[in-house]
Amino acid sequence: MKLVIGIVRPEKANDVLEALYRAEVRGVTMTHVQGHGGELDRVETYRGTTVQVGLSDKVRFEIAVTEDFLQPAIDAIRTGARTGEVGDGKIFVVPLERAVRIRTDESDETAVTPVGA
Amino acid sequence: MAEIDTGDTAWMLAATGLVLMMTPALGLFYAGLVRAKNPLNTFMMCIAAIAVATVTWATIGYSLAFDGTGDLVGGLNYAFLNDVTLEPRTIIGGTDPQTIPHLLFMAFQATFCIITVALISGAVVERMRFSAFLVFAALWSVVVYAVMAHWAFGGGWLFERGTLDFAGGVPVEMASGFSALAAALVVGARKDYGRQALLPHNSVYVLVGAGLLWFGWFGFNGGSGIGANSAGVLAFVNTLLCPAATLLVWFVLDAIRGRKVTAVGAATAIIVGCVLITPAGGYISPGWALALGAVGALPSWAIVAYRPRTRVDETLDVLAAHGIAGFTGILAIGLVAQVGWNGISDGAFYGNSDQLLDQVVAAAAAPAYAFAMTFALLKIIGLVMPLRATEAEEAQGRDVIYHGEEAYPTGEGAILVEPVDKAELVAAGKAR
Repeated sequence: MKLVIGIVRPEKANDVLEALYRAEVRGVTMTHVQGHGGELDRVETYRGTTVQVGLSDKVRFEIAVTEDFLQPAIDAIRTGARTGEVGDGKIFVVPLERAVRIRTDESDETAVTPVGA
Repeated sequence: MAEIDTGDTAWMLAATGLVLMMTPALGLFYAGLVRAKNPLNTFMMCIAAIAVATVTWATIGYSLAFDGTGDLVGGLNYAFLNDVTLEPRTIIGGTDPQTIPHLLFMAFQATFCIITVALISGAVVERMRFSAFLVFAALWSVVVYAVMAHWAFGGGWLFERGTLDFAGGVPVEMASGFSALAAALVVGARKDYGRQALLPHNSVYVLVGAGLLWFGWFGFNGGSGIGANSAGVLAFVNTLLCPAATLLVWFVLDAIRGRKVTAVGAATAIIVGCVLITPAGGYISPGWALALGAVGALPSWAIVAYRPRTRVDETLDVLAAHGIAGFTGILAIGLVAQVGWNGISDGAFYGNSDQLLDQVVAAAAAPAYAFAMTFALLKIIGLVMPLRATEAEEAQGRDVIYHGEEAYPTGEGAILVEPVDKAELVAAGKAR
């Protein structure tokens, strides 16, 4: 049981969602975040004020999966989010100690397996 | 030479200001309809229209539109505002002499050229390059707008044959609407069009913009009598009545289709209603203005509903709101004009079917010319410079790419630098 964290470009978020859907990975959380990777800063000017903006808008996906769904989830994020330019983002996989489905009190693998799957 | 009337001049000064305000209002309307990464660029296309079209109008456009009685295009005597003075303009043809300074008439007409150029941007927002749009705006304002303004207002062939167009059904509404269709076809759809939901990011802007446009339209139509006169008053009141009727009908149509009365729909209805009455304002009775607003809503509503199902990404529905409604309004004059109200001509319902024929000719010629010229113009510009942003630029959003600003900056992660450092940063490979 793993937690897959994918940080991607906001404009690719829909492509990632579509790829996850096609890979039959259900159960996704996404948040809008700001981050800094290796990409170049952009310079913005408002009247006399010039600023160097180091943080870019990103979208962060969190997906808890069983081992069977780990690779499909990674592949979906990778293919959906890639443009080939610096700033495409990262995927982190971390071990997941416990999971509980609140509605039923099911735990662990049953809890992260979508209903009906 | 006619005397200058202070009352007429006072109203026309105010009306000119009102019409100029319509262009930033349109910018607000359009900005609300695009995604949150593009409102500044969208607004800036309208602001750019003020910059570009004012200069082209003063240098050559006004002369081509309003100098002489050439069939297709005017002369060059007024180029660079030569002979455009504080005396009234010498009128061509049989209309009443003007009672306002020629210079003011030029400025009033300039504001029409500006907003018409700005209107077309609605077809190409979110993907056309800003620089390509500037070039297009300059050429279009001369090759299409000035020519069509000459046809309808300046003594050209439509004017001569007796086509009635009070405030710009031909050069403003049909010209922008059908040019927008051509522009959308040449520039092509946004990359995510038809694949993702591309939704308005702020519908309140859309309503505020539509409201300000309606307010400005009282100057647009009410000023097109070129004075504080009865034609102006009739058009002014019709500009209140017609869009109100359109709004009510639009509510009903929206409710039938989606069981909800939508705000963006209402904003669209205001525009459609104002466009419907633009050509007809000074020629038809207030009762017919209400009827026109109600009936004329139908074709535009149908196009708005149908267009997104096609591959044509005419993004902000300039064709439906301006082209189609302008077409409907021009034809309506031929049916319901009353000499008792306008002192010029009756329509077919009052026994003068010749007027309908004059209107049909305009309704056929204007879309054809606007579409063909815009199509050719953009193809030619496209040979010299790319018309579209790259996919990566389109994805990132044009506010940052073209203007180096965001519509809604948070300031988080923004490090203050001295303006002089920018070149160094770029040179050092730390910024772009």
